[in-house]
Amino acid sequence: MNNKFLITISLFIFACFKVYGLEVTLTQGTIEPTPIAITDFFSKDLNSQKIGKNISQVISDNLERSGLFLPIDKKAFIQTEESLNNQPRFEDWKIIKAQHLISGKISKYNEKIAVEFRLFDVFAQKQLLGKKFETSEKNWRRVSHIISDAIYKRITGEGGYFDTRIIYVAETGSKENRQKRLAIMDQDQANHRFLTDGSYLVLTPRFSPNSQKITYMSYMTKNKPRVYIFDIETGQQEIVGEFPGMTFAPRFSPDGKKIIMSFTDPDIGNSEIYILDLATRNSKRITNSTAIDVSASFAPDGKKIVFNSDRNGRRHLYVAKPDGSNVKRISREGGSYYTPVWSPRGDMIAFTKQEGGQFYIGVMETDGKNERMIAKSFHVEGPTWSPNGRYLMYFKEERTASDGSGGESSLYSIDLTGYNERKIITPLGGSDPAWSPLMH
Amino acid sequence: MLKKFLLSIFLFGLVAACSTTPKDTADSSGSGSSGDFNTTTTSEDAASTAAAADSTASDFEGIISGSYEDLVVNIGDRVYFSYDSFELDDDAKELLQHQAAWLKQYSKTSIIIEGHCDERGTREYNLALGEKRAQAVKNYLSGLGVIDFRLNTISYGKERPAVVGSTDAAWSQNRRSVTVVQ
Repeated sequence: MNNKFLITISLFIFACFKVYGLEVTLTQGTIEPTPIAITDFFSKDLNSQKIGKNISQVISDNLERSGLFLPIDKKAFIQTEESLNNQPRFEDWKIIKAQHLISGKISKYNEKIAVEFRLFDVFAQKQLLGKKFETSEKNWRRVSHIISDAIYKRITGEGGYFDTRIIYVAETGSKENRQKRLAIMDQDQANHRFLTDGSYLVLTPRFSPNSQKITYMSYMTKNKPRVYIFDIETGQQEIVGEFPGMTFAPRFSPDGKKIIMSFTDPDIGNSEIYILDLATRNSKRITNSTAIDVSASFAPDGKKIVFNSDRNGRRHLYVAKPDGSNVKRISREGGSYYTPVWSPRGDMIAFTKQEGGQFYIGVMETDGKNERMIAKSFHVEGPTWSPNGRYLMYFKEERTASDGSGGESSLYSIDLTGYNERKIITPLGGSDPAWSPLMH
Repeated sequence: MLKKFLLSIFLFGLVAACSTTPKDTADSSGSGSSGDFNTTTTSEDAASTAAAADSTASDFEGIISGSYEDLVVNIGDRVYFSYDSFELDDDAKELLQHQAAWLKQYSKTSIIIEGHCDERGTREYNLALGEKRAQAVKNYLSGLGVIDFRLNTISYGKERPAVVGSTDAAWSQNRRSVTVVQ
């Protein structure tokens, strides 16, 4: 029955919906998400029972949000967790149409807990996966994400993305003087915290490959907007390089040893792309044109970069080698292109597009072929990939009325197919999201 | 029509500049309060607007010659740009000629030229574009003989609009450079 799931995934149905301006293309995977039964993790200890319920809930929420699974209401369950702990009665799960079943157990000893889970294929009546984790009790949420990733991977064949975090800019206040703070949270919005106090403007944070550091742009030093590195654990910040003018639009290289960013020479005022080696602090200029060169991003193998330039009049996307040679324009259609980001799988580039008074989030192959739009609004911007390359997150900004109302900015996630768009609930407004790599 | 609208906003800006902080307080809903000015007799280009303001400047008390407020009220601190452009039009050049003269008169002041964009564009691209706008102003002032080291630039991209609203009128006022006396 696992096969059946894979077949429905691979049966892509292409459906085009005509909208004003460009077409947003929906390439649908499964039409119906797979029904899955996720039971509360069993324990004889009362406190562990509570944790067991929470773990089950986090896994259920994760899988539901993916758009690929439909968790079955627990009230429909026939077999009890205690009984299930011995042996699943597959007939009981077949009746409620569960294709997959997840059971779990928590044992407590000393200061630690052992969390055990099993994944069953109900129709094939066999166990697909079983794992055990020992950890301290306070890590239950993290363990839930790791289990979610293991289940997702076993069933879909794709890498997981649940044990990840989101760094973004939390926004509050009027548009003319909006306060912006770096904020970080788990992918499911838990463990939210602010990293800066809002006394200075912060923009475009991005994770290092090991998720421990962030590079971003800040107006922390008066009249000197510069790129910084922020250490999430220690809270320490350092400026990246000694440049006499604005540095911005930073991203780490895939090995985390370099930063690619734009710099405007204060005597010329034009933005060029530089790569700075963090160990030697040497920087190398990559572009050389009288036009704006900005928003550079590395391919995951580090062998190419993609960037945004208006060197041919309009704003287009260009691919080059990291030494700046072999520059090739890849975007071909009308409108303006911005913020290209290479997918973690290496096969696609996501971007922001502006055409006919609307903004779009789109994807194309790395040579510019098969461009398609997956989200559209008055203003959408800044896509970031989930580490498995299946989802994108971006931000959407509403129109502002002349009385200052509206103008709210929020984070959204969407499936690469263009389906399953979801608003990410944050305590304040949100913009400039960046998805971390998997943390395990 | 647009020009007239901008003009009344500009005039209101002058009033606001005196009563509160000299920054970005223009608001279309408040333009009625510019009734002290006779907008119908004011000629429609920025330079003579500044000149008109000049003649009334003596009515305002407490403006120190050579201060930022002086520049805002008597010369004009900002010029506007077309969409996705950093070119200075004739109005902009004329105002900057007055700025250059003022800067030469008050030779100890140094300024920072802010480059701003409207909200249509990405954050990063607009940071780059804002810097180009600030640079265009800097180059022009420098060409008129203002010494380079007095001229600093900073880009705010689309982060600090002067006027809220997703309308052509608001956007046209947000695509600007602002000369700030440090």
